[in-house]
Amino acid sequence: MDDLTVSSPSPLRRLSVPTSGVAWLAVPCLIALPFVGISEYAIGIFTLGLFFAVYAMGWDLLFGYAGEPNFGATFLIGVGAYSAAMLNSNGIAPPWICILAGAAMSVAAGVLLALPALRLRGPYFGLVTLVAVLILRQLIILFSHQTGGEIGIAVPEVLALSPIANYEIALGCAIVSAGVFIIVARSPFGLILQAIGQDPLNAQAMGFSSVKYKLAAFCYSALFSGLAGALMTFYMGTASLNIFVDAAVGVQIIIAAIIGGRRTIIGPAIGGVFLIVLGEYMRPFGRLSELVVAVVALLVLLFLPNGLLGLVKLKRRAH
Amino acid sequence: MLLEAKDLRKRFGGLHAVGGVDLAVGEREIVGLIGPNGSGKSTLLSLLMGIHRMDGGTIRIGKTDITGWPPHKIARSGISMMFQHSRPLLQQTVLENVLLALLPDRMFNFRFSPELVTRARGILAQVQLAEAADRLPGELAFADLRRLELAKTLAAQPKLMLLDEPFAGLSAKEVREFSVLIRAMREEGRSVVLVDHNVKGVQALVDRMVAMSSGTKIADDRPDHVLADEQVRRVYLGSRESSAAVATAEVRSEPILEIADLSVQYGKATALDKVALTAQRGAVTAIVGLNGAGKSTLFHAVCRLVQSSGTIRFGGQAVADRPDQIARSGIVLCPEKRELFGDMTVFENLRMGGSHLAAPDFRQRLDFVETLFPRLAERSKQNARTLSGGEQQQLAIGRALMMKPKLLLIDEPTLGLAPVVLDLISETIERLRASGELSLFIAEQNVTFALRHANSIHLLEQGQIVWSGPTHRFADEVGHKVL
Repeated sequence: MDDLTVSSPSPLRRLSVPTSGVAWLAVPCLIALPFVGISEYAIGIFTLGLFFAVYAMGWDLLFGYAGEPNFGATFLIGVGAYSAAMLNSNGIAPPWICILAGAAMSVAAGVLLALPALRLRGPYFGLVTLVAVLILRQLIILFSHQTGGEIGIAVPEVLALSPIANYEIALGCAIVSAGVFIIVARSPFGLILQAIGQDPLNAQAMGFSSVKYKLAAFCYSALFSGLAGALMTFYMGTASLNIFVDAAVGVQIIIAAIIGGRRTIIGPAIGGVFLIVLGEYMRPFGRLSELVVAVVALLVLLFLPNGLLGLVKLKRRAH
Repeated sequence: MLLEAKDLRKRFGGLHAVGGVDLAVGEREIVGLIGPNGSGKSTLLSLLMGIHRMDGGTIRIGKTDITGWPPHKIARSGISMMFQHSRPLLQQTVLENVLLALLPDRMFNFRFSPELVTRARGILAQVQLAEAADRLPGELAFADLRRLELAKTLAAQPKLMLLDEPFAGLSAKEVREFSVLIRAMREEGRSVVLVDHNVKGVQALVDRMVAMSSGTKIADDRPDHVLADEQVRRVYLGSRESSAAVATAEVRSEPILEIADLSVQYGKATALDKVALTAQRGAVTAIVGLNGAGKSTLFHAVCRLVQSSGTIRFGGQAVADRPDQIARSGIVLCPEKRELFGDMTVFENLRMGGSHLAAPDFRQRLDFVETLFPRLAERSKQNARTLSGGEQQQLAIGRALMMKPKLLLIDEPTLGLAPVVLDLISETIERLRASGELSLFIAEQNVTFALRHANSIHLLEQGQIVWSGPTHRFADEVGHKVL
């Protein structure tokens, strides 16, 4: 932090998350991870964790920066996942086109939802997003001929067969998402978004139209949530309600983001992987595992409201 | 004229916050907007900035009609506002906070240009914060935080700056330094409208003074003329006759409330500084002072709603630790903002106040309140939100009375009320005194009102008691301080 006293051309170093240097080091390690002799099963868990990391980062951009709690993360994920799955199962398009279409559909659905919802004040945005998940769920059940309803819809094609290739695809998605989210969060756009999240009146009086920026943030979140949702569908080979369109999964995403540390982007990514790995590790304990995850989340909320990464930041500042 | 606002109107429920005010500001002019708390000054600024939707009127800046524009568009048309309570972004440096204010309203803007950074440093130098550019706002002293807010306001290169209470919480020396900065803005060709309670402080700074009371403009002239204006003096101090008409004798009884060494800190700002005072049983005690002097904080400290140090004794015993225990022990606060349950009916509000009472007791208490305030009985089924300002105040007091207070703290009973309604509140206070059931402690900015009812008065200035004594000595000894 000493380098700040030198009048540097980039005054924004302080914005950076303390882990950023570590994060760049982590990238090659993450790429190499499946080659160090861990089991295919473990690679599979990490693959899921990486998708979850993307969801949590997208949620953090909306809540950590724009201050809007999105209880409907699985609305965006679900639209991406089901769009991709339906296109592929009907033989309309090859996987990669399906995935891009899924991401695009998620943005479109996100805009349709957010345009009216973001104009509401107070807690109503969050409630609308929650309702959106329920509506999407019911629509999927209602049109079960096309969507597979409660059973789910199988995706005939795959992106890659080997677990390592699937892992690298998920990692690519997570790295690209993290890169874009971090650039956005540290840019002028991110600064304005934080100002709006903290004090919307003041931000407006500084000349920023708050709905516009929040909508854009929602679109970034939707784009990568939809993309990761679609990729995960191909990885799992099926799109089903309980994985992709479930408010409970939305809550898990929120817990992941908060455990990791809100308003850090990287924190929620770590939280996402951590939560999936922890859940898997605890699987033999059945229902108990969910309880443990919830208790961990509660402890973090009570004692580390800024999450694990917030703790690191605090320590840094103290030095 | 740079700014011309005509017939601005704004209502909040039954309250006419701004009722048909004209305001014009010339080029390179500093206009001071004065008036007691609740007179509509801040609301007027908010209307100019587009923060509240107007109920009527027009606003032009230069040749542009900006009536009904959203705040972010108004901000881009040359007006900027410094809020009384605004927090900087705490995770960003001082420089970044200023950079934020310099950014264009563009979404696809992903880097900070060096040119903006240079400009931000220039603005910080202008408000003498250049040294602090790379520090975090949390490390700054209170006065420097105000400078940061001023820097943010300057960033947009506004033609007109609206400053809401720029001097609040500043020491006399800091006020002088800030005044120099504001004059420098005028030299640069900007105009300023500033709201302040500290009439003395702004007198030397402003070119013109506009006085407001109960949502209307009562004077608009050179500062010395406005301060000499009979109506303005009445709003602040009250004419001598009315205070002479009060024959409230000094009450000699044992104290019901004894406060010693009471201090309250809000972060870096000292809100109360070693306050010591007593209130007598069966009497009306008043604490007067400008807004921001610490009156509400004192009441909040008594009710343990804020952290404080020092001792507070009620009826000879130390007060309880928790707000609910204090309320049950007989100290009831009727808050400044009234805090009625707006969507509940009058009756439901009263029932909330008396929820701990047994049915016969409740009935009796309700009768007491409804005899005191016949209007509340008439409007028993009406939603609290739809009451007029005076009726809301009656309901707030009525609800507090339902809790059977031994000592009723009323924070700003006349806040935002029209003169006609004042009489009603006056009558209420006298009836409560006559009932002999309770002691009253009122915090008032309206000194006339306090003089009319109080047996003894304490004058609070910047968190310190500067005068205490019986009411009849107040006007002669410290009357000059209040205006």
